[in-house]
Amino acid sequence: MTPVISGVADTAVGRLDGSGCMALHAEAASAALADAGLRADEVDGVLCAYSLAEPHLMLSSVFNEYFGISPSYSAAVQAGGATACALVMQAAALVRAGICRNVLAVCADNRLTGLGRNGAVAALAEVGHPQFERPYGMSIPAAYALVARRCMFERGVTAEHLAAISVTQRGHARRHPKAQARDPLTMEQALSARMIADPLRLFDCCLVSDGGAALVISAADVAADRTDHAVSILGYGQMNTHEHAFAMPSLTDFGCRQSAAQAFAMAGLTPADIDVAEIYDSFTITLLAELESIGFFPKGEAGPAILDGALELDGVLPCNTHGGLLSYGHSGAAGGMFHIVEAVRQLRGEAEARQVAGAETAFVHGDGGILSAHCSLILGRA
Amino acid sequence: MSATDPSAKDPMAAKPVPLVTADTRAFWDACAEGVLTYQRCAACGHVQFPPRPFCTECRAAGPVTERSAGLGAIHSFTIVHRAPTPAFKADTPYALALVDFDEGFRLMVNLRGCPPSDARIGLRVRVLFEPLAGGGALPQVRPLVE
Repeated sequence: MTPVISGVADTAVGRLDGSGCMALHAEAASAALADAGLRADEVDGVLCAYSLAEPHLMLSSVFNEYFGISPSYSAAVQAGGATACALVMQAAALVRAGICRNVLAVCADNRLTGLGRNGAVAALAEVGHPQFERPYGMSIPAAYALVARRCMFERGVTAEHLAAISVTQRGHARRHPKAQARDPLTMEQALSARMIADPLRLFDCCLVSDGGAALVISAADVAADRTDHAVSILGYGQMNTHEHAFAMPSLTDFGCRQSAAQAFAMAGLTPADIDVAEIYDSFTITLLAELESIGFFPKGEAGPAILDGALELDGVLPCNTHGGLLSYGHSGAAGGMFHIVEAVRQLRGEAEARQVAGAETAFVHGDGGILSAHCSLILGRA
Repeated sequence: MSATDPSAKDPMAAKPVPLVTADTRAFWDACAEGVLTYQRCAACGHVQFPPRPFCTECRAAGPVTERSAGLGAIHSFTIVHRAPTPAFKADTPYALALVDFDEGFRLMVNLRGCPPSDARIGLRVRVLFEPLAGGGALPQVRPLVE
């Protein structure tokens, strides 16, 4: 049976005092089910991710118990920023195989109030190799700074190219009433902000947030019965090349090349066919490197194009139209799911002040680790 | 962990020390003697790091441990201004680099022996060993003066 995205939802994002990891999961899940026109007892598959604030070995079981459901299929997936896209790929496979009819994919974390910014930075640094990275003081921004420095050396990337990404996305976030960072941001501010890991400055780095999101992936006949706004899943693909920064096969070319190629082949489309892109942006360099690896821009040309407005709502590739992890918010695996929720809203014509006119196809990408795990999706207006 | 170990109270207060495993004990023992080692597959010649009991290319068992000359070049680097944990705060700003050693393996290290601002892609470096609290030594690099 053909899988479609039948419902989406997100909670508020930012500093949510008094929020809890499971309550955010439940809030997002309830809203996504309502959007899909489904009751909780119609969910026969549940896919969860992970939590840093309230970690558990079996997060999907913890969620099922808390939410009060007993699905016949349930699993938790941990692939960092690739998780949300990987959940859609897995849910689609479960529906296609006839194992499930309605899969609920839900991600949330209360990183900001549960861990604090310092706690989140320290907890994330623990993904570094316990023998060959952590003893050297590698932060996650430092690992991405190694990529940025090499891209500057090989591809002519400049600090201005990176700043243009954060400034463009802040402009998008200012059109989204729920975005966490909505103050105006100028190139001058971005280029003079305090250094985090040279050459990455403060606004080159994503936010730390509380928040959650959920999706429902249903068999097309169920969705046709319950909603009039299902979104097609046209293609998906994955690639996994390494985990640690010292083991990166390349610092300028990444597995998103292969994951996207699989997704485009499955959809029968090319990058030129994409109307709107929501691409993982844990750091500005993450997005820039992925835009070139995927093939949206030739090598060395993404930066100048971005300075020229390529990622604006009326640009050649409107991108991260909600503001992305840099300005909308980043609460763990939900951060990557916000990209999917935004893509669905764009395709449903519900993106209000940030709507890309006539958007019929969307490309979504998530990457986890140090550009290690990649998953790409291509979605289409039904 | 002893009672006087500051990390016993707060795991973030002390720098993490390498958590040695069965795969890596010989590597760290060599570091303690001031020797940098890597593995080469006797069957296919593949060079690999970190050590493990098989070749990741041809899957042959028992790659041979070889001694590195300890010379290499910086592939990329960053200067860390915002430490990941309080234990590294006093060191900021510090240079973190990926170094390609001449035998064909890569290590993450800190650049010592010069201001962080001297870091450059392609800079030739030589290994040095910094003593670790509680014994052993951590491989680092400094600029190579020919």
